[in-house]
Amino acid sequence: MNERLWGILVDSFPKLLDYGIRVTVPLTVLSFALALLISVIVALIQYAQVKVLRQICRFYIWIVRGTPLLVQLWLVFYGLPSAGILIDAFPAAVLVFGFNEGAYMAESVRGALESVSRGQLEAGYCVGMSYMQIMLHVVLPQAFRTAFPALSNSLISMLKGTSLASTITVMEMFRQATVINGRVYESLGLYTEVALIYLAFCTLLTWLQRIGEKKLASYGGEKA
Amino acid sequence: MMLEAKNVRKSFDGREVLRGIDLEVEKGDVIAILGPSGSGKTTFLRCLNFLERADAGELVFDGEHFDLHAASRADIARLRKKTAFVFQNYNLFLNKTVLQNVTLGLTLGARMRKDAAREIAVKALEQVGMADRLDAYPSQLSGGQQQRVAIARALAGSPEIIYFDEPTSALDPELIGEVLSVMRLLAEAGMTMLVVTHEMDFARNVSSKVLFMEGGSVIESGPSRQFFEQPKEERSQAFIRSIIEARK
Repeated sequence: MNERLWGILVDSFPKLLDYGIRVTVPLTVLSFALALLISVIVALIQYAQVKVLRQICRFYIWIVRGTPLLVQLWLVFYGLPSAGILIDAFPAAVLVFGFNEGAYMAESVRGALESVSRGQLEAGYCVGMSYMQIMLHVVLPQAFRTAFPALSNSLISMLKGTSLASTITVMEMFRQATVINGRVYESLGLYTEVALIYLAFCTLLTWLQRIGEKKLASYGGEKA
Repeated sequence: MMLEAKNVRKSFDGREVLRGIDLEVEKGDVIAILGPSGSGKTTFLRCLNFLERADAGELVFDGEHFDLHAASRADIARLRKKTAFVFQNYNLFLNKTVLQNVTLGLTLGARMRKDAAREIAVKALEQVGMADRLDAYPSQLSGGQQQRVAIARALAGSPEIIYFDEPTSALDPELIGEVLSVMRLLAEAGMTMLVVTHEMDFARNVSSKVLFMEGGSVIESGPSRQFFEQPKEERSQAFIRSIIEARK
């Protein structure tokens, strides 16, 4: 490797990492929090078979899963202003990422809810608990454990997906790499470098996932 | 009369499972509900606690009338405070410890203070011989132990009657005894119990009365002793014979 390239990589590394920590990570965390909220609400509505709302949820999942994420981003950021709806780039990204991943996660959460035996609900009723109490203390915690690997997957995929926000002017880690590259023109080196930083972030998440799974395993095997 | 069920009817997809069941329970009764598989025993028991909505029927409990088809949510909640249910497959809360399984209904359902609930729970667990496993999770227990915890959970709510739905049917043969002996102790202590079971020794020696069902109807009911020694109906006789045959 020549000295110039090495110098560029060493100079750019703290900048990229800085944008990663200050923008990519918060963008991921906020989007994921929104997605989690949406997915639990949507899954609960379907689990409890609430009539009209259930149709709306099916419709939402159908639309979101059936259209590309990039198109959704551009529609919200570049398209909606023509309809008088102006949203700043960062919140627009959070909104789109949240609603997008939320649809996928809702299916994971719904599947996990349905895997919890109906007997748990019946037992709760018989000792005088209300539906909400049973959901909160018994069914949701068990469903969360089942859904945890799938949700971790979503989080990892979302972290990488935030690079798409660069296309709607959000100055996050990847866009910063393209900006630096515009000055020095070292595509191979810079994009490899930014890829490695994403890889490091994802490795950290995978590691956290493993710890989480161990914690959740405390109450033992999957028995009916 | 503590409990009286009248004309309980239920169909699933047009198939009549209960064709008008009547039952009378006095305080302290231990009633075994017997009958071949598919006779509607379990469905009947579930209807009494609104785990299943009957198509028609009336329940009189402590003089209070409940419509088994149309009772309101508040009525059902009030009724369930006086009853407890033990399931065939235990249905312990899998994410809760033994102690939490018993206290949860007390702290959340009955809004009891934590220490008071714990005290009651430990006492109930002592009664079933499980007080030494307070912090175990259900998956760490044998089926017999889980069922005993489930019985403790039922006892903790100090119910007036406990419904047992085939409490030993899911157990390995060597584990049945420990559950039955706990039930026998309860019966001797005067607990009112309604037990759907295939355990003939329990029905004969512990229960005071028998309700024999077949095809969604009550064929015969009466004192256990009379039922086993001098069954009146031909189908009861055939049922008892078939069980004796199966034993051989």
